[in-house]
Amino acid sequence: MSTFNLDVYMPVVILIVLALLFAGGAMLAGKFIRPSHPSVLKETAYECGEEPVGSAWANFNVRFYVVALIFIIFDVESALMFPVASVFKHFNAIGMGGTVLVSVLSFIMVLVAGLIYCWKKGDLDWVKSFHRDN
Amino acid sequence: MDSTVVTYFSQSNEFHSIVMWLSKIFGDHAGGVLTFTIFAVVALVIVGVMATVGGLGTYAERKISADMQMRQGPNRVGPYGILQFLADGVKMILKEDIVPSNADKFTFILAPILCLMGVFATLAVVPFSSGFMLSDLNVGVFYLVGMASLVGVGIFLGGYASNSKWSMLGGMRGASQIISYEIPVTLTILTIVLIAGGLSFGTIIHGQSGMPHKWFLFHNPFAFISFFIYFISSLAETNRAPFDLPEAESELVSGYHTEYSGMRFGFFALAEYIEVFVVCGVAAALFLGGYNFPFGHSIELAMVQKIGMNSMVAQNISQLLELTAFFTKTLALYYVVIWVRWTLPRLRVDQLMTLCWKYLTPIALFNLVGCAVWMYAFDGKPIYSLIFETAVTAAHH
Repeated sequence: MSTFNLDVYMPVVILIVLALLFAGGAMLAGKFIRPSHPSVLKETAYECGEEPVGSAWANFNVRFYVVALIFIIFDVESALMFPVASVFKHFNAIGMGGTVLVSVLSFIMVLVAGLIYCWKKGDLDWVKSFHRDN
Repeated sequence: MDSTVVTYFSQSNEFHSIVMWLSKIFGDHAGGVLTFTIFAVVALVIVGVMATVGGLGTYAERKISADMQMRQGPNRVGPYGILQFLADGVKMILKEDIVPSNADKFTFILAPILCLMGVFATLAVVPFSSGFMLSDLNVGVFYLVGMASLVGVGIFLGGYASNSKWSMLGGMRGASQIISYEIPVTLTILTIVLIAGGLSFGTIIHGQSGMPHKWFLFHNPFAFISFFIYFISSLAETNRAPFDLPEAESELVSGYHTEYSGMRFGFFALAEYIEVFVVCGVAAALFLGGYNFPFGHSIELAMVQKIGMNSMVAQNISQLLELTAFFTKTLALYYVVIWVRWTLPRLRVDQLMTLCWKYLTPIALFNLVGCAVWMYAFDGKPIYSLIFETAVTAAHH
């Protein structure tokens, strides 16, 4: 029997609404009791007492981008692993564990190959050395 | 069907009489209305308890750190200063709300709320006890991993929207750190999913038992290593020291929440402390037997059969015992988190990335493979039963 009952997801919605109510309620309650004396200086970005120079929205180091790319590969692969992992025990019980194990292993091997590739390319090093022999 | 807290309440006779009574007003929707009411009330209670736990977490943090450094810690508000968190809350509400004029205002306001939403949403599957789990979703752990990463989005947006260099650096570091450490966390959770054969917390916890030798921690050597990888990576995911680089106060002033003041900062802090509790609770559920307590079901049976107690009363008592077991395990881990914070110095950014990608991720991958092979080779038997069987065969010879 497999019924798909959306009732079980009701707490998720309730909790998210509670979070919004909590945040909104606290801000609203504060609105009546907190002081409000805005000034130009108060609303500038904090730079240890100096006047801020330029915007913070400037070009940023590209290595964060590389980390994000590696993350996406790994995250998608591990997300795809979840269904296989959850049925592995069941398949093992009915004697088909070997098939699933081989598919799990080959899947992980792809992941490992990707990791080794990134490692060799030096993408896992935070501080990259640019003095390479040609 | 997935069991929820409503399933637990519907076992009682009162539930059906209330449904009967409500059906006079709401007709066919009576069951739905009651379901919603129970969910809402229990969610409210859990959020209230968790907010208090988060508040007491800040108090515990200061008191324990004071203890470790031979100081007094907070001791003015209430007995032993235990009401300090309420005073802090009042102070935060009374603080002026400052939004920097150069900031991206909409995102600036949205960021702490996103953090709070992500953490609150994870509470839906935290297994407090077999009855008082809000909803035992069949995709439990997967849902938890997904919702927990919403916090990372909030932290990055907070850093970006402030338009301050400190915040930007903190937010960027936070984003890269949280996504990096999500990989070892996911891989170690997969190890446990392999052993348990299901994604829901119910399946995972019922695969274990109250006695330590039946915990997944001691199921096989790979699971044992996995626990430590999960715990270390969780520290990094929740931005706890020694991985608190996004808010490293000695280099980045206050990191991603430099520009946040008053209650908006409070949301970030509350989200962080609740997330630490959730992460510890999940560690307890995955590895330490969750809400199981020693001789779990036999105590309930004994109460019914030997003492002749009403079965519903016995069930409620065992729920209380389960809650106690869960909170004991989780708070013990919480203590370790605080202990680690006041013991270890902060890592450098390059060390942080090296630890994640060159140590934890390969070890976690190896663990996953090892665990899969173990499950296949030994037919999914834990190590204690293998030792037991070997001993029995040896005794026969």
